[in-house]
Amino acid sequence: MSIEIEGLGKNFGTFTALSNVNLNVPSGELVALLGPSGSGKTTLLRIIAGLESPDSGRVLFNGEEATRRQVRDRQVGFVFQHYALFRHMTVFDNIAFGLTVKPKKMRPDKEQIRDKVHTLLKLIQLEQLADRYPGQLSGGQRQRVALARALAVEPQVLLLDEPFGALDAKVRLELRRWLRRLHDEIHVTSVFVTHDQEEALEVADRIVVMNKGSIEQQGTPSEVYDHPATPFVFDFLGNVNLFQGRVHKGTAQMCGMNLSSPEHAAANDAPAVGYVRSHDIAIERVATDAGAIEARVHYLLSVGPLVRVDLMLSNGDGTIEVNLPREEADRLRLLVGEKVFARPRKMRVFVDDYQI
Amino acid sequence: MQVAKHHENGVKVSQSTTEPAWVRYLLLVVALGFLSLFLLLPLAAVFVQALDKGWEAYLAALKEPDTLSAIWLTVITAACCVPVNLFFGIVAAWAIAKFSFPGKSLLITLIDLPFSVSPVVSGLIYVLIFGLQGWLGPWLQEHDIKIIFAVPGIVLATIFVTFPFVARELIPLMESQGRDEEEAALTLGASGLQTFFRVTFPNIKWGILYGVILCNARAMGEFGAVSVVSGHVRGSTNTIPLQVEILYNEYSYAAAFAVASLLALLALVTLVIKTVAQWKIQQTLSVAENER
Repeated sequence: MSIEIEGLGKNFGTFTALSNVNLNVPSGELVALLGPSGSGKTTLLRIIAGLESPDSGRVLFNGEEATRRQVRDRQVGFVFQHYALFRHMTVFDNIAFGLTVKPKKMRPDKEQIRDKVHTLLKLIQLEQLADRYPGQLSGGQRQRVALARALAVEPQVLLLDEPFGALDAKVRLELRRWLRRLHDEIHVTSVFVTHDQEEALEVADRIVVMNKGSIEQQGTPSEVYDHPATPFVFDFLGNVNLFQGRVHKGTAQMCGMNLSSPEHAAANDAPAVGYVRSHDIAIERVATDAGAIEARVHYLLSVGPLVRVDLMLSNGDGTIEVNLPREEADRLRLLVGEKVFARPRKMRVFVDDYQI
Repeated sequence: MQVAKHHENGVKVSQSTTEPAWVRYLLLVVALGFLSLFLLLPLAAVFVQALDKGWEAYLAALKEPDTLSAIWLTVITAACCVPVNLFFGIVAAWAIAKFSFPGKSLLITLIDLPFSVSPVVSGLIYVLIFGLQGWLGPWLQEHDIKIIFAVPGIVLATIFVTFPFVARELIPLMESQGRDEEEAALTLGASGLQTFFRVTFPNIKWGILYGVILCNARAMGEFGAVSVVSGHVRGSTNTIPLQVEILYNEYSYAAAFAVASLLALLALVTLVIKTVAQWKIQQTLSVAENER
């Protein structure tokens, strides 16, 4: 089932949670709503589910108006951050709940319910825990039960609200990969909310980046990551360094560096900010041209396969962060206090005095 | 098991931060001494006095027609009040805990009102409204409806006085449990009623029991408000507490204490059920904690 959102707006008192949001989720896609807390992503998800009603705008399911449709008639499966399992019911009864509350005529008989629940238990690999209570399960197990419970009613849309937010790092990684595989198997239209850019980049077919109640950019993970449309998206997806400067006729002058910036060929000595990801900076011992900036090594730290280098710019404009692959760092043999040159390999220049 | 372990560890770790032993014992002795002097001793006295003239006199005092009528009226009053306050208590707690709306804090204050008003005043309010000199008095007399100095007045006054018990017990419980489970049930296709009976009710049933027994104990034991509206008609509008007072004023001490012992017994039973219910609530809450 496809979802279309048209001109959606929602206020909580004086706080604007959503303003004029337009979004299309094609049938069968797995879409991530990504943004910091307070960006409106959870509100948008809850409006799609019918748990919240919008102040303005429309929600369409398969092209049909569904803005005022009751939650129970929407055929959505909702997975909560804190699982929201029925604590007084066993795992089996939790998963069977959606089937047992169906009107008599549509309700499957006991045998069918049991088969269905066991199929789902197999899918989430928890067959042996059918008689346990939620309190006796780990966080990862609970979230899988919550997912099975949502899937039991065969929803047309699966909505997940920070589904891995309350889990520890390792379980989180396992579960999100499992979710991706599951989606490849059952192809139900899914929308999930997350503030973790890594999670969104890894799991989603498409990412919708939200900020302050509006959509900043939407696209495939590589589009969003490689071609951020706004400074906010650039900053939100990954570590980033800022260089202040000016741009004039396709050349950016940032902290004494001259870098070509062909997309701003028309700019006439305009103030600009250059964004460089921390892994898009090379460190060199000698300056070959004006594309590098002099700095001193301030701090070195190995983080797993990467080495983080903090450089203090010699012109006094603060520090920048560089992530080097370990091999590269080993080759350079950097020492704290040493003079080096930092060369941005890729810089995205935004003309505008955007402030973070 | 786990709780006990935790506790032991806690004591070990925090040895340096607790008071010296003599202070702890002193506090304990003072607390227990106070408790026995002002609570246990009078309670024991009630039973001793009631059985002063032996079991036969005790039973005879309870079988006296006026007393039987008082017991019956008390049971009827409680049987009317508890269901009404149970219903309104659940509705009010549901509205306050699960929705936000303008005037919410006003509603919470209003629910507490009967606790902050003297019971005598509560009774007087009804006399002022339904009494002969009251607003509705003449109209009621015309239509031959008796409220004051009759059973309806007693029931109304008792409902007013016992209104907060169920609601006050449920509001914090329901607030702490949040709305997630209900929302999950709705997305799974459950109707409002199904959601209440299959998801909400099992989570609050011990809280409801707790509120109901407190409400019941107060409904049966209420003196002030009932005294104002009942008119003390023997064998007709006397509840147990009023009957005790009458017997005592007539110097039939043994009979007075025999009837009073019923209320004391009610208190003891209430206490036991209350403890069990509280323990169960703690259990469901700690499960909820675990789930976070």
